[in-house]
Amino acid sequence: MVNDLAEKARMLRKHVVHLAADSPGAHVGGSMSAVEILTALYFDGVLRVDPANPSAPDRDRLIFSKGHSSAAYYAALAEAGFFPVSELDTYKKTGSRLAGHPHTGIPGVELATGSLGHGLPVGVGLAMAASADRSPGRVFVIVGDGECQEGSMWEAAMAAAHYGLDNLVVIVDRNGIQEDGPTEEIMALEPFADKWRAFGWATVEVDGHDVGELSTVLHEVPLTWGRPTVVIAKTVKGKGLSFSENTNTWHYGHLSEELKEQALRELGGVR
Amino acid sequence: MTALADIREGLRFDPATTTAFEACRMAQLDLALEDPRIVSVEADLGDCWGLKFRESLPDRFLDFGIAEASAVGAAAGLAMAGKRPFLNTFGTFALMRAAEQVRLDICYHRAPVVIAGMFTGIAAGFSGPTHHAIEDVSVARALPNLTVIAPADALQAYDATRAALEHNAPVYLRLGVEPGPQVYAGHDRFEIGRGRVLREGGSLTIVTCGVTIVPEVLAAADRLGDVRVVDMPTIKPIDRELLRQSAERTGRVVTVEEHSTIGGLGSAVAEVLAEDAPVPLRMIGLPDAFVKEIGDYAEQLRRHGLDAAGIEREVRAWAY
Repeated sequence: MVNDLAEKARMLRKHVVHLAADSPGAHVGGSMSAVEILTALYFDGVLRVDPANPSAPDRDRLIFSKGHSSAAYYAALAEAGFFPVSELDTYKKTGSRLAGHPHTGIPGVELATGSLGHGLPVGVGLAMAASADRSPGRVFVIVGDGECQEGSMWEAAMAAAHYGLDNLVVIVDRNGIQEDGPTEEIMALEPFADKWRAFGWATVEVDGHDVGELSTVLHEVPLTWGRPTVVIAKTVKGKGLSFSENTNTWHYGHLSEELKEQALRELGGVR
Repeated sequence: MTALADIREGLRFDPATTTAFEACRMAQLDLALEDPRIVSVEADLGDCWGLKFRESLPDRFLDFGIAEASAVGAAAGLAMAGKRPFLNTFGTFALMRAAEQVRLDICYHRAPVVIAGMFTGIAAGFSGPTHHAIEDVSVARALPNLTVIAPADALQAYDATRAALEHNAPVYLRLGVEPGPQVYAGHDRFEIGRGRVLREGGSLTIVTCGVTIVPEVLAAADRLGDVRVVDMPTIKPIDRELLRQSAERTGRVVTVEEHSTIGGLGSAVAEVLAEDAPVPLRMIGLPDAFVKEIGDYAEQLRRHGLDAAGIEREVRAWAY
């Protein structure tokens, strides 16, 4: 099973490489760092969603708030069966629905994202409604770490704790690097976990590239009844490619044919 | 509880002393008692006529504190999950402070949230420019999927609130804060997108909207004589047909609004007339400036020529 999941993660990374090479470009760094988070959610039975019935009333809802990392998100949605894998070839091409940032015209997408700091407030509203209706559906919100510099994140974090939304889970892709450089140099977030704890969240830090560890935690949420959960997934920006790891150079970019071949070799063969 | 069906039999409240926002709050509660989907989303201004809702339906009175971005985003999320939120706050905070949340979370997703904006225009006379909303209609009108309604009195505000809920898409209600004089005699079915001819006349048409302003225009029209007055509560989508017909019938149009003349009702009317029925047009409203002098509402309106005498003076200078 773990090998299957490792293979799935590898496949998502290859999709990202193709999307970044066959289109004007993609947010490679944040896509690669989020791969295992998406793998655990979609392919290890965490998310209760049905690609054949994406609007089922009591489904879990995943809000992909770091919408710029759409390449990985679309790869996961396609592999999960929300739309054909072949459609990935249309990424950011004229007439395609696969825009640079996700929107609700794409099956499986719950919220149009791309302007950062929007996912959590909307997630709070969804979780409040689910709670009031005693729906078994949970709300998962994947956010970037740089995104946590937005004030709206902390407004919503306050509200989620105040209303005791234990059906709400935030997963932070803590890759430590934002567009302009390391988060701690641009606008420091640390002590990051302490901030979430101080806001009243059940807080856990995991290796964000260990699908097993992510999965174990995500299968256990809520970590504390009556509190929202935040999973701080420590990740590596650009994970998996020698040239994109731990640098903001590949925050966004177009892969040349040469780099594409190198990337696919490093990931172990073509898709 | 007053059954909505009975309301047309009589008045729900005393229109002389009730503000449009208060009437909207009453409508929200009346509707909520019949419709379990309705919730009130607050940003620490619930004590502005919201206490009755909180007492009656505490579990559906959702306060987010002084945090408009999160309140607007959450309202959108609640709507997406099947709730029917009324978002109650000052117009400037909803449409400007949290403009991007209104744009993306509510409007882009066509989330059926009714934004009830109070303290619009310069009615918050003693509060100063931080509490005025003189650009809110400009912002609201530019947002796709957002219907913009400025009722003329408390009765129309009550009726428009119900229509806004039934509209099942994003709506901005511009509600002022002062109890303006009564314009309408009783409750009626509010039709979104329809203007109403309040007074017939042939020499020119005055198109207007909003609490206090509509009655001031009616008083000015009585002094001016042969003037048609159109109440245009739905600023977007605007009643193009009534505008075209009024322009063709009277040959000249004046707009009067408690809003900057950049982007408000006057601009909306100008856009239609320029395309469909070009006639001479005069826009009366607030200048492109912050209103820094404090004063009571009547004094503020007088100072800016938005009382009956000022409107009459301006129209005479332009048209006679």
